[in-house]
Amino acid sequence: MNPDFALYLALFAPLAALPLIAALAPWPNVRDAAHIGTAALTFALTLNLLHLMLGGASPSLLLFEIMPGLPLAFSLEPLGMTYALLASGLWVVIAIYAVGYMRANDEAHRTRFTIFFALAIAASLGIAFSANLFSLFVFYEVLTLSTYPLVAHKGTPEARAGARTYLAMLLGTSIVFFLPAIVWTWTLTGTLAFQPGGILGGRVDPAFAPFLLALFAFGIGKAALMPFHRWLPSAMVAPAPVSALLHAVAVVKGGVFALLKVAVYVFGVDYLSSSGASVWLCWVAAASLLISAFIALSKDDLKERLAYSTVSQLAYVTLGVALANQMGIVGGAMQMVMHAMAKITLFMCAGAIYVTAHKTRVSEMRGLGRQMPFTFAAFLIASLSIVGLPPMGGAWAKWFLLMGAADAHQMTMIAVLAVGSLLSLAYLVPVTASAFFAPARGEPSAAMKEAPLMLLLPICLTALGCIALFAFAHDIYVFLLHIDFLPLPEAVAP
Amino acid sequence: MLQALLHQLPVLQIVLPLVAAPIVAAFGGNGRGWMIAFATSLIAFAVAATLFAEVLDGSVISYHLGGWAPPIGIEYRVDILNAFVLVIVSGVSAICLLYARASIAAEVEEKNHAFFYATFLLCMTGLLGVTITGDAFNLFVFLEISSLSGYALISAGAKRDRRALTAAYNYLVMGTIGATFFVIGLGLLYMLTGTLNMADLAARLTGYGDSRTLRMGFAFIFVGIALKLAMFPLHLWLPNAYTFAPSAVSSFLSATATKVAVYALLRILFTVFGFDSAFEANVLRLIVLPLAIVAIFVASFVAIFAEDLKRMLAWSSIAQIGYMLIGIALLSHEGLMATVIHLFNHAVAKAALFMVAGAFMLRAGTTSIPDLRGIARDMPWTSAAFVLAGLSLVGVPLTVGFISKWYLVQAALTQNLWPVALLVVLSSLLTLTYVWRITETIYMREAPAGVRRSEAPLSMLIPTWIFTGLSLYFGIDAGLTSMAASRAANALLGASNLFWQ
Repeated sequence: MNPDFALYLALFAPLAALPLIAALAPWPNVRDAAHIGTAALTFALTLNLLHLMLGGASPSLLLFEIMPGLPLAFSLEPLGMTYALLASGLWVVIAIYAVGYMRANDEAHRTRFTIFFALAIAASLGIAFSANLFSLFVFYEVLTLSTYPLVAHKGTPEARAGARTYLAMLLGTSIVFFLPAIVWTWTLTGTLAFQPGGILGGRVDPAFAPFLLALFAFGIGKAALMPFHRWLPSAMVAPAPVSALLHAVAVVKGGVFALLKVAVYVFGVDYLSSSGASVWLCWVAAASLLISAFIALSKDDLKERLAYSTVSQLAYVTLGVALANQMGIVGGAMQMVMHAMAKITLFMCAGAIYVTAHKTRVSEMRGLGRQMPFTFAAFLIASLSIVGLPPMGGAWAKWFLLMGAADAHQMTMIAVLAVGSLLSLAYLVPVTASAFFAPARGEPSAAMKEAPLMLLLPICLTALGCIALFAFAHDIYVFLLHIDFLPLPEAVAP
Repeated sequence: MLQALLHQLPVLQIVLPLVAAPIVAAFGGNGRGWMIAFATSLIAFAVAATLFAEVLDGSVISYHLGGWAPPIGIEYRVDILNAFVLVIVSGVSAICLLYARASIAAEVEEKNHAFFYATFLLCMTGLLGVTITGDAFNLFVFLEISSLSGYALISAGAKRDRRALTAAYNYLVMGTIGATFFVIGLGLLYMLTGTLNMADLAARLTGYGDSRTLRMGFAFIFVGIALKLAMFPLHLWLPNAYTFAPSAVSSFLSATATKVAVYALLRILFTVFGFDSAFEANVLRLIVLPLAIVAIFVASFVAIFAEDLKRMLAWSSIAQIGYMLIGIALLSHEGLMATVIHLFNHAVAKAALFMVAGAFMLRAGTTSIPDLRGIARDMPWTSAAFVLAGLSLVGVPLTVGFISKWYLVQAALTQNLWPVALLVVLSSLLTLTYVWRITETIYMREAPAGVRRSEAPLSMLIPTWIFTGLSLYFGIDAGLTSMAASRAANALLGASNLFWQ
């Protein structure tokens, strides 16, 4: 297949499905089948791209110019491929889960839900394949807007308030910091294309670099760097599938992915470390990492605890970027993958517990493990992956980040990473422990009453995925080493 | 024959609606008035588009009225900048008239329809005249034609709400003061130069230096136009006027009247005065720039707390004018580009929004924000248009508002005016707040029990969606508008002495 056409297909498959899903509204079964089918098709098309890429093809696509010199353009590189595979792959899992969840919970407006869900994934793929900062920004905003109706789905006053915070923080940071950062980069360098080795080196006075980086780091609000993290817990009013896919995978990973892209292809790792622009970011990320972990400890609501855990885990990626070396970037990208797989499992478990037992608080879940053994077993596996214990995939992410910190001679950061893992152990493992071992409150319901199969299946799948990633980590590592950290010879020529 | 006709296009642009107006007034009963007016506006649009195509390459058309050579005779002078504005004005008129039929039928008494459409055409004539003329006194005459008919159009809202009369009266007083100031300033310039042709004025003022008379002339003209374009703090007439005018008129005036005033300001500042003395640039930098920023914040805050949708949109217009003034005050190519492109971008977005308000008025009988709860359920298409056009006001990517914001931020950053860039983006959050407040009200709140409202008629939906569509299309492919704005900025800067100082 022509590689450019393959890229085109992968980008537009979810968009093309939108009218179909809308048209199938009167037949819920067919509509939901179309949803799952679209997800599977998109994943297959993305895998096809991976196949082409490994075969040496480098597809690219130029749609049109929005303003003179500012085109919507797409291309492939390892980071984007990783994020695209994450978003589209986990979409398949979550599509199945969403169908089960929305039915079991009897939620209204399911067609609207499905349409915006697919739109959000389309935007994520747009972010993943963007060939320049401008395209990335456009899809970044589309992602924010398309997820708003999902967060506000229930329409209750709490949902409205939560969704309002969500929109205000994400759109606010992107307009106030991200947009000026992009325009500033454009005025300084005259280009916004992602280039190996970055575009700032030799064009921008290193004295400006920390400020520019600050605009990017805080402007990309989806990375939830403190103090712009409030949107994430607010978004927890959304139905569980939304929390699982968007606030564990597509949206937050879109944020850290954008940050990784900016570090590697706009600043360039060499420029980032030689200018010392990111030294301050280490400390902010470390603070964000630890503080949110402490907050997670104090939360009794399971989804809220998971939300703060996400804030903390995202700070790992930001920290990896701030270390400004190859291992830091690779570790950050690895963390992006491992955390996605683990956190989607945790959120799906939270949803399954809500559907089956109508419990949302950790303190109410004592003894629930005997009732829902599979769900809580999956929860435990994912928890351990987040903590970073072998044989779960998360172990490798933490390992490479530690190596990055060591390469950067940041002993404090090594300590921070270790303490962060301990804290995550403290806020995640007790959930399972008390579910399995503490005596149940009230009537002892010995009978097993698991979640519906459509919920349980995806949960077990991703839990197994956490273990499988441990085995496949080497392949991911080798793939990520293909990132061009140095300028290409011809790019230096002019 | 055709060639001869093409040669007469500049004057046809004005004469057509001017002649059509009395015809409509005399024979416009039974809906004929609307038809004639609509047909006229379509022809006017075709004329404007042809002129635009002719000057797109940067050439200038100079038309001598009655064959009298300037500076004695009146000259119509079309370059890329005013051709762009002509297209906006005539295009908006045509689409607003399409919309007006159903909306005006509901909001204005039947017996006044003929006069209404005649006045509409006169207003359009005035606005087109201000734009096309190359003669400063002629500009004043057209400005008054458009303003006087504008007062009448606003007072046509009296059937729905009597306060339209006081609103129109206030506007009349303020507008007349503005016009008087303009003439006084013009008189002073005439004293100095003995000419009223703008190109001639420019030539004679170049190298004139500085004098108290010149400064007075500049100040009077500036304040006069500032009143017409509702520059903060001379904006007091605008909120009531736009709130109580018939919806089609609000839509039309918000998209054209203030835009034409901004055009007149650009023309006078850059072509006539040309920044020969530092005084003029200082006025912009030290007075207009801070006032524009204050305008954006104050007006946006008021909009956030407005109780009525149309009033909110009116305050939003005052804020948006602030963006245009910032672009002018930056005195650079990028800044002017931002202003010129925002003329178009704001026109389409705001016209769409006022049309939505009109549709709500028609079906729900009110534009009071609390009464619009849950209306999206009954009027999905109208509501969707509101969200999309509203996002354009905020400046979200893939809408025209983003294009304007991009150029404006870029212009501020190129001059290292950090605080200005920051304030511009910060103000977007205020815009987001007032747009989202409505969005939440119409989508997320429960509709009052037992209230059902039907979707707006197609004759109103189509114009609304034309504007919404334009605000999306030119947000996705801004090639044409960017090019026109860039060339217009070049023309303005080329005429001024900014780069020769």
